[in-house]
Amino acid sequence: MAAITSASEASAQAPAPGAPAAHRRSWPVWRWAVLLIAALYFLIPLYAGLQFAGLKAFTQVTSYPQFGSAFVLSLRLAAIATVLTLVLMVPTAVYVHLRLPRIRRLMEAITILPIVIPPIVLIIGVLKVAPSFLIGTPDLLGLEYVILAMPFAYRSLDVGLRSFDVKTLVEASNSLGAGWPTTLWRVVIPNLRTAMLSATVLTVALVLGEYTMASLDNFQTFPVWIVNFEQNSGNVSVAASLLALFVTWLLLMLIVTLGSRSARKHGGAQVQLFSVSTRQASQTVGEPE
Amino acid sequence: MTINAAAGTDAGGGVRTAAAGGAGAPVVLQSLSRSFGAVRALDGLSLGIAPGELVALLGPSGCGKTTALRIVAGFEFADSGSVTVDGRDLSPIPAAKRDMGMVFQSYSLFPNMTAIDNVGFGLRMRKISAGERNKRAAALLDMVGLAAQARQYPHQLSGGQQQRVALARALAIEPRVLLLDEPLSALDAKVRLQLREQIRTLQQRLGTTTLFVTHDQEEALSMADRVGVMRDGRLEQIATPSELYSTPATTFVAEFVGTMNRIPGTYRGGDEVTVLGAVAPVHGEHAAVPAGDVDVLVRPEGLTVEPVTGGNGIVTDRTFLGSLTRVSVLLSGDVAVKVDKTSTAATDLLPGTSVEIGIVAGKPVLVAERK
Repeated sequence: MAAITSASEASAQAPAPGAPAAHRRSWPVWRWAVLLIAALYFLIPLYAGLQFAGLKAFTQVTSYPQFGSAFVLSLRLAAIATVLTLVLMVPTAVYVHLRLPRIRRLMEAITILPIVIPPIVLIIGVLKVAPSFLIGTPDLLGLEYVILAMPFAYRSLDVGLRSFDVKTLVEASNSLGAGWPTTLWRVVIPNLRTAMLSATVLTVALVLGEYTMASLDNFQTFPVWIVNFEQNSGNVSVAASLLALFVTWLLLMLIVTLGSRSARKHGGAQVQLFSVSTRQASQTVGEPE
Repeated sequence: MTINAAAGTDAGGGVRTAAAGGAGAPVVLQSLSRSFGAVRALDGLSLGIAPGELVALLGPSGCGKTTALRIVAGFEFADSGSVTVDGRDLSPIPAAKRDMGMVFQSYSLFPNMTAIDNVGFGLRMRKISAGERNKRAAALLDMVGLAAQARQYPHQLSGGQQQRVALARALAIEPRVLLLDEPLSALDAKVRLQLREQIRTLQQRLGTTTLFVTHDQEEALSMADRVGVMRDGRLEQIATPSELYSTPATTFVAEFVGTMNRIPGTYRGGDEVTVLGAVAPVHGEHAAVPAGDVDVLVRPEGLTVEPVTGGNGIVTDRTFLGSLTRVSVLLSGDVAVKVDKTSTAATDLLPGTSVEIGIVAGKPVLVAERK
């Protein structure tokens, strides 16, 4: 899984939008070589997959049984996990930033746990505490995905909260007469939109590609369907995988584009898939007039 | 509406009534104490602000001035003591219901809102209709000279413009108390000067009671009706800027505000001290100073300097300040002093010149234990 870079790193690495063409041309040859090798590393298997599947398999894939239900289930789980993750994580991250900054490191440690704990342990843990009406339903898998997405979502939100002076904005809002819910809704969340989109991107990508938990829980999500179907028809299974990859990529690009457009309008952070950059540091202090 | 300069020192910090009235409310801070762990940020601070008065709290970092402001705003709570506005105790009232305008050091505009929406935010919280809200916000932006920037987002404004929007936003709710938390310290010198004048003019026109926190003595002395100098969570002295400068109550105030010389002298108790071969009247707190060798605190303009062969000092440097020139002189005993002289009279005071330093007759001085 891609790492989440800090705001300063992201802005330091990214070339300025208005950078002169001469600077871009000064890219040394070895950088192009590295880029080319990396591109080939990813593209050759995709091309091989395309060749293996053949175009006909792409037209057949949607007509196979349970394709639609598996795909819809994955999308539904992605939606459940994303909504629940944001509802739980946004207030938590904001509260930790404002009221408990001393436990920020502890929170980072806690939120990393789902990565290091084996999925089977997580499943057993969830089954122990989940209400009985959820056990056996796909919604339970959605709850498990919330736990799985927590490390990535929390870090996205944490980086987003560090990119603006949330404490002063909250105090400014309070001093103008806004209570907590209004401040969260009208001040914090709009300025956290980019980080929330980043968290959404990561959660959606994670859920659409997750196999282990779904398989252990005996739910036929799209990745599980692909693996199961592979035993019947290899080339259709590969076509389905490529289709899933394309749909996921399309979804992520849509989220990134929407987020960046909104960011450009407000001068806020840019969505860069796995990072949030900020322009706040470059704000001018002098008076132009 | 104009404000009369408040007169007279009020060491006890009681509410003054000399300032002109207006829309502002009287504010009283009574015996405020606040500790953060082992650090005592406020130690029984008492301060009264008259309606329409602008009081500046001045002091070094960690003296408790920002803590005091934040307690008034409702962002911090005092361990003991009270804050009353118009006689009403604010202790149980949350920040959102205190109706105080506040301008922060770090602009604090909402990045997701345009300038006009920022200014109208407080009005929106008060359920003012969109039409009325926009009308009032536009008028306020016009008042701070930013009518043309109404539809711009904060990132499209300069620091000075952002702070003016923040000021308009704080004033939009028509607060009876305005709190300014070092609002100029992030700006460059030229903008700071412009905005300082603008804040003062607006505050006087609207008559809003204002508490202004700063570590910049020039800002405090030029803007405030009264300046309170804080140290270790206590108010050392509160007085008008001219009183604070000319008759500081303590050596800390004397040395914190303006330039002060320390010259060895002899104190025999009472209200007189011998320094540079002359007798000078003593003011301020000196009851605790033991008789004997002391340091005498004198401002640069409280000293005289004349070129004399075989004098008691030698000119080491001089700094041109316009109509005045500040002359640095080394006295015997390695005592360095600074003396102000009119620039026309200081032309022959070149480095290396032997001079005679004396004190201006009759000008009161402070005494302190020898360092």
